[in-house]
Amino acid sequence: MNQKFKQKAAFFLFRLFSFFIVGILISILGFIVINGISVISWEFLTESPTDGMTSGGIFPAIVGTFYLVIGSLIFAVPLGVMSAIYTTEYAGNGFIVRFIRMMTNNLASVPSIVFGLFGMALFVNKLEFGDSILAGSLTLGLLTLPLIIRTSEEALKAVPDSYRSGSLALGASKLQTIRKVVLPSALPNILTGVILSIGRVSGETAPILFTVAAYFLPNLPQSIFDQAMALPYHLYVLATSGTDLEASRPMAYGTALVLIAIVLIFNLMATFMRQRLNKKFKQN
Amino acid sequence: MIKVKDINFYYGDFQALKNISIKIKPNTVTAFIGPSGCGKSTFLRLFNRMNDLIPDTRLEGECLIDGKNIYSNSVDVDKLRKNVGMVFQKPNPFPKSIFENVAYGLRVNGTKDKKKIAQRVEESLVSAALWDEVKDKLNKSAFELSGGQQQRLCIARALAVNPSVLLMDEPASALDPISTSKIEELIHQLKENYTIVIVTHNMQQAARVSDKTGFFMLGELIEYSETKKMFLNPEKETTQNYITGRFG
Repeated sequence: MNQKFKQKAAFFLFRLFSFFIVGILISILGFIVINGISVISWEFLTESPTDGMTSGGIFPAIVGTFYLVIGSLIFAVPLGVMSAIYTTEYAGNGFIVRFIRMMTNNLASVPSIVFGLFGMALFVNKLEFGDSILAGSLTLGLLTLPLIIRTSEEALKAVPDSYRSGSLALGASKLQTIRKVVLPSALPNILTGVILSIGRVSGETAPILFTVAAYFLPNLPQSIFDQAMALPYHLYVLATSGTDLEASRPMAYGTALVLIAIVLIFNLMATFMRQRLNKKFKQN
Repeated sequence: MIKVKDINFYYGDFQALKNISIKIKPNTVTAFIGPSGCGKSTFLRLFNRMNDLIPDTRLEGECLIDGKNIYSNSVDVDKLRKNVGMVFQKPNPFPKSIFENVAYGLRVNGTKDKKKIAQRVEESLVSAALWDEVKDKLNKSAFELSGGQQQRLCIARALAVNPSVLLMDEPASALDPISTSKIEELIHQLKENYTIVIVTHNMQQAARVSDKTGFFMLGELIEYSETKKMFLNPEKETTQNYITGRFG
């Protein structure tokens, strides 16, 4: 075989495989859309499930997912951003920082079901929050913390040092410099990370399984100590343990479609923001 | 009045400044020249303790500004930097409006009175010879200005907090000739109210703007004298060789 042919064959394979990935995504999306689009309606989005989850809507699950996203971000964003500020702005590059980074990376690779078990043991049982939005939000918050820390660190590192020295040279303290110059410049990139973690949090099933998710609730949650329904778990229920699986199948696809649409919308927003920001940074 | 006594400065094991002592009179322009890596910028950054930001550095000796050793433990570094302003090599405006850039130093130093801030911003922009060019677009982003305008904005920003000393680290090296001559003109005017210390690569610039010149090489202050004398009749042969372009 001559070199030219080998080269052509290799490139053909590389190209094939990369198209293959696009193909997988498109077929998943297509499958969900084709099967789910028929049940999507205003009622589906705004009503509770009825008739043993074979008709009605998924409104409580949407609301539950919304609460969980908000709850986990209230917990994870301040914590993550502050620890990113510590590691990038204060701690230098010594042993402690490298240790923290390593641990953050390890935290990111812990399987989500382990987070679920840990959340159950700590928040539900030990701290006696019970199965509740609070326990679920905290568990999801822990899960997304590494993502927020990493993206915030990158965002802070992308702020030019000349901003920092310019501010310090005017007699601003380090804290003032961070608050008034560094953070505002990093904020758009930090937000990108937050949006990505919204996508992650809204799609996770395992962490909420033992900490918050309810099979079915007649009423919407009234406080953070109530259980809630959530889209990913509702999908699981509809697909595996409904009263009439055949009849609830279209509902399951509809739920999947709503869930995937939410995640995709958030990811697109993140991509869009990043592109706009890159442009902005290049102007300087 | 700035008085430097027996300064030694180290980056780790490397000694960047060797046994330097000088005096700088108020309301004068002092230029430091010398080849790259000679320590002139390091020396400049001693006066507002910007070297503190670099890890693993060490200083011996004293640096007195108006009689106070700025390296004594009782000195508030933030206050010192308010009194000793700095303009950097590359214009570094904040990603804020023109107005907010100049107001920044006032705000972080606790000025809240809006009228006072607006007045001080205008005064500073006038002093930096930028007011006429920007007075109609104070709320526009500072990045919309040209490089030379940005540098004058940075000068205005430094002037706003009313320092007594203004340090300039090669302030015109990133600028075109017209912007450069504007900055030099400005230095002449600012001398009336400020003590200016400038580091420059450009010997003609040092000759044009300064009253006294110091020549650095390999961390040593080789010669420090009246600028005229330095360029017409230097004492040391090394200085002669450098300013006539035989090396550097």
